[in-house]
Amino acid sequence: MISKEEILHVAELANLKLKDDEVDGFVSQLGKIVNMEGNLASVDTTNIEPTYNMGDTSTTFREDKGIHTQTREQMFENVPESEDNLIKVPTIVAKGEDE
Amino acid sequence: MNYLNETIDSLHKKLADKELTSKELTEQTLAGIKETDKDISAFITVNDKATEVAQKVDEDGIKGPLSGIPIAIKDNIVSNGIKTTAASKILYNFMPVYSATVLEKLESAGAINIGKTNMDEFAMGSSTETSFFGNTHNPWNLDSVPGGSSGGSAAAVASGEVVAALGTDTGGSIRQPAAFNGIFGIKPTYGRVSRWGIIAFASSLDQVGVMTKRVEDSATVLSTMAGHDYHDSTSSEKEVPDYRANLNKDMNGVKIAIPKEFWHEGADPEVIQQVNNAIDAYKKMGATVEEVSLPTLKHAVEVYYVLASSEASSNLQRYDGVRYGFRAKDVKNIKDLFVNSRSEGFGDEVKRRIMLGTFALSAGAYDAYFKKAAQVRTIFIQEMNEVLDKYDLIMGPSTTSAAFKIGAKIDDPLAMYMNDILTIPANLAGLPAASVPAGLANGMPVGLQIMAKPFNEQAIFNAAYALQEENKFYEKIPTALKGED
Repeated sequence: MISKEEILHVAELANLKLKDDEVDGFVSQLGKIVNMEGNLASVDTTNIEPTYNMGDTSTTFREDKGIHTQTREQMFENVPESEDNLIKVPTIVAKGEDE
Repeated sequence: MNYLNETIDSLHKKLADKELTSKELTEQTLAGIKETDKDISAFITVNDKATEVAQKVDEDGIKGPLSGIPIAIKDNIVSNGIKTTAASKILYNFMPVYSATVLEKLESAGAINIGKTNMDEFAMGSSTETSFFGNTHNPWNLDSVPGGSSGGSAAAVASGEVVAALGTDTGGSIRQPAAFNGIFGIKPTYGRVSRWGIIAFASSLDQVGVMTKRVEDSATVLSTMAGHDYHDSTSSEKEVPDYRANLNKDMNGVKIAIPKEFWHEGADPEVIQQVNNAIDAYKKMGATVEEVSLPTLKHAVEVYYVLASSEASSNLQRYDGVRYGFRAKDVKNIKDLFVNSRSEGFGDEVKRRIMLGTFALSAGAYDAYFKKAAQVRTIFIQEMNEVLDKYDLIMGPSTTSAAFKIGAKIDDPLAMYMNDILTIPANLAGLPAASVPAGLANGMPVGLQIMAKPFNEQAIFNAAYALQEENKFYEKIPTALKGED
């Protein structure tokens, strides 16, 4: 099982905010899924290497040379808010706040 | 235009003989989509510039087999100047400034991007019900799901809106909807096709593939878009065969393994019957069929949901409302901007996967979940490879049931995840795999799944072609479309 506190902690790590009425649903659904995933404990994996990557993994090389793809103007086409050709975001550290 | 009785070859002949221009074909395709999509809703965005592109192809002259032919593109494949959303609110207005390599290659061959198809949000789902843009309907029964996550692409092909569509497959997202819609769909070997420009879900599992009514048409499209790409270091430098030219339906002496765990108790007996009939057909064609065992298959869903969710939680960290996509309003500081944009922009299923992945990667859970799943993946890959050392192909059902009703499973994530048990193995092991129509169960299509050794897509095309020529499933018209012609 997974507790309500754990769910809220994981949401915090994931930069997600759950509404009060969503939390119980997540606790119950994720609890069931994590239980199912817990069956993996029954498999003996002593001395087994994990597989994290796939593919025909010989390292491929390319020339150490910059390639121009998009222009600044193109990259700004999707920016929600900008000012003076810079991306605009809200306050990062508020005045008087120290956290 | 209705493509139900067309192939890439038949269309190419009309274009090359100047019986039809690409501009006319494209206009007719757009008109066909407008009409058919009233019932099906396969598309999120239709490319209103397609006719101009077609005119340019006409002016340059019809060249190769795809020249002048409209193709549908799943909406997680970025397309320069055409909105690409991954069916998510968080990308509802995203306008790419470049195209995915697969799309560039198809466009260089003269294919026309006719529009972007519906899907589960960020390809997370098996029913296309998690899309921000609403449901797609199965052309065999409008009350049923088209499968997912490439449900829009599958329904667009099955309903004759297009001759071919691109999909992506992370845990079965091409093969399951292909099976549910009575069409062919292939997920190539991991690394066969570039992932550059594909909106990432789980990078060690994602692969682009093709969905068509006819096997030979997928062969043509895959040969055109496969190959190494310097933008994607996991794409293979192995030479790309001409799958279409090499098609060979001779099944004499082909060794087929059928894993007994694929015939599990929960499967619909009508589905199993159709799959068994297909396997009998291969025996009659001279193939040898033997039962094998994949004991670790029972853990495949567990491995997949740990690894795919973990990779997703990492890949989806980039959506923060700063540089593109949905940005939450009325926020006080940057942290609120991230959190509110993500919380308002992602749907429930995507949040669930991010939470699962973040949990599996968190301190205290990492070894027991993420590392453990990666180790069990190694064991499973070894089991699959041992079978493929002795056999040319692995076959089984693509799904445990035919298409289910819209709404039937959406509130039960665990039941939805179990849908993927038969398709996940090929993704975990990076193998090429396809679904080819086997028959009908209670009026709904059933798919036979075919897997092969890495980079042996040709063996899959050959076997699928052999069955296609035997059962001629492509002659069947989806039930919900009847009476429209």
